Amino acid sequence: MKNLVIGTAALAMLAGAAMAEGTVRLGTEGAYPPYNFLNDAGEVDGFERELGDELCKRAEVTCEWVTNDWDSIIPNLVSSNYDAIIAGMSITAERAEVVDFSQNYTPPSPSAYAAMSADTDLSGGVIAAQTGTIQANHVVDTGATLLEFPSPDETIAAVKNGEADAVIADKDYLIPEVEASAELMFVGDDVPLGGGIGMAFRKSDPELRAKFDAAVGSMKADGTLNALIIKWLGEDSPRF
Amino acid sequence: MMRSVIFAYCADPDTLAGIKWLSCYLTTGKHLSFYGSFGTVLLLLAITAPTALLFGFGGATAARSPIAPLRWFGRGYIAIVRGVPDIAFFLFFVIALDQAFEWMRHKALCPDWDQPIRQGNDFVVCAQAKLPLSTSAQWLHEAYGLTLAVLTFAIVFGAFAANVLFGAMRAVPHAQLETAAAYGMSPRQTFWRVMVPQMWVYALPGLSNLWMVLIKATPLLFLLGVEDIVYWARELGGSKTARFTDYPHGDWRMWYFFALLVFYLAFTKVSEVFLDRIMARLTKGQATSGGEAQRKAA
Repeated sequence: MKNLVIGTAALAMLAGAAMAEGTVRLGTEGAYPPYNFLNDAGEVDGFERELGDELCKRAEVTCEWVTNDWDSIIPNLVSSNYDAIIAGMSITAERAEVVDFSQNYTPPSPSAYAAMSADTDLSGGVIAAQTGTIQANHVVDTGATLLEFPSPDETIAAVKNGEADAVIADKDYLIPEVEASAELMFVGDDVPLGGGIGMAFRKSDPELRAKFDAAVGSMKADGTLNALIIKWLGEDSPRF
Repeated sequence: MMRSVIFAYCADPDTLAGIKWLSCYLTTGKHLSFYGSFGTVLLLLAITAPTALLFGFGGATAARSPIAPLRWFGRGYIAIVRGVPDIAFFLFFVIALDQAFEWMRHKALCPDWDQPIRQGNDFVVCAQAKLPLSTSAQWLHEAYGLTLAVLTFAIVFGAFAANVLFGAMRAVPHAQLETAAAYGMSPRQTFWRVMVPQMWVYALPGLSNLWMVLIKATPLLFLLGVEDIVYWARELGGSKTARFTDYPHGDWRMWYFFALLVFYLAFTKVSEVFLDRIMARLTKGQATSGGEAQRKAA
């Protein structure tokens, strides 16, 4: 056991001596299409993969993708297991107390409810949402019963099997699900939540944040970001 | 989109059906990772079980030591670790352990660092002290994660094993120990030659329970970023829409979890057969009802 630890440490030191400039490790969830998901080959793919790779090119850093459970995604960032979160994370005041966000790379986009029937009671029923999301907080505020799940996929499954009356999530996430399913439909009005999606960094890492912030800015300015939004999130998604 | 093409006909999955489709579906890169994770789990168990047993033996020996501080340490270890919920332990302890290693390396490698390590919520050490370094390959990060997982599992399960062994040591008939002393054996000789060989038969039922629980505790691994079989089953089983995969399907989690069920049951069966054999071997010549039955049958 001890030898394994020492061995790993020794290897890590050797590897470190060979390379001077650091790699930036990007943490994502890998379960939230179209933002981030694992493709058939088991690699991270989606809007944020393409965006992240382009941002790394513009910031002139080498990037490595890491998947991490949503529940522990912020704790693992602040304890330096990776250097940035790029995981469909909405910018909120609550999170900004713990981490620093880049400027948003999607405009504030609506959340929406999806359910099996049009007359679902959204303020008194059971609503499924992913744990620790702005949508989960919103459900609590509306007075409906909140049913939390660790992954987005389970929230949809809960509606399909009748455990919950409706699911609330980013509309961009729900659109492909609703399109692919004959039973699901959007109900109620869209809810504007959060200040758009941004990358999250440690508060002690302002240089890295500044690099990526500038890269997001340059992609906004030359229109490449809008092109990515249209490609992955659809024509109807708000653009810059 | 990248395709793993193990079979040539998998290049265009939309045109396939039946067995051919399934054979392509089951050989995607993602599925290969799923199969690989069975190996990860088995490897983890193979390293964790002996390590935990070692921790347990150490804990039990410490808990019955005549030296008071050592005894307090042993009893404290058993009581605290058994009392804290596993999940809290895993979330808190692994991060704490990781930070402890990095803190030590930081102190050793970067003596002229002038910034505080704790900055608000952040834990910041110099780049050379990171474990593993952010420049190192992904497999090293994974190996490190697995190492932390093994260590945490060993500490948690070691405490339970310590309690089992502590009880087993007390179950060895006292007359045996007195006889050993009467023959002039030192306490150390009594411990190694009389007590330890006889205690296993009392410890085995408790240890086999622990082994079974350990087999099923591996989903906690994903909290540490180690992708285990339950993570992949959930990921692969979740419904997939045609936009994001070549193999769209509905909610298939039931099938994947059914496969896990079969795996776990088979593994349990193998373990039981194996444990029964060990038990038969340990019972031989013992002054227990099992040993007596063996003697009569022979």
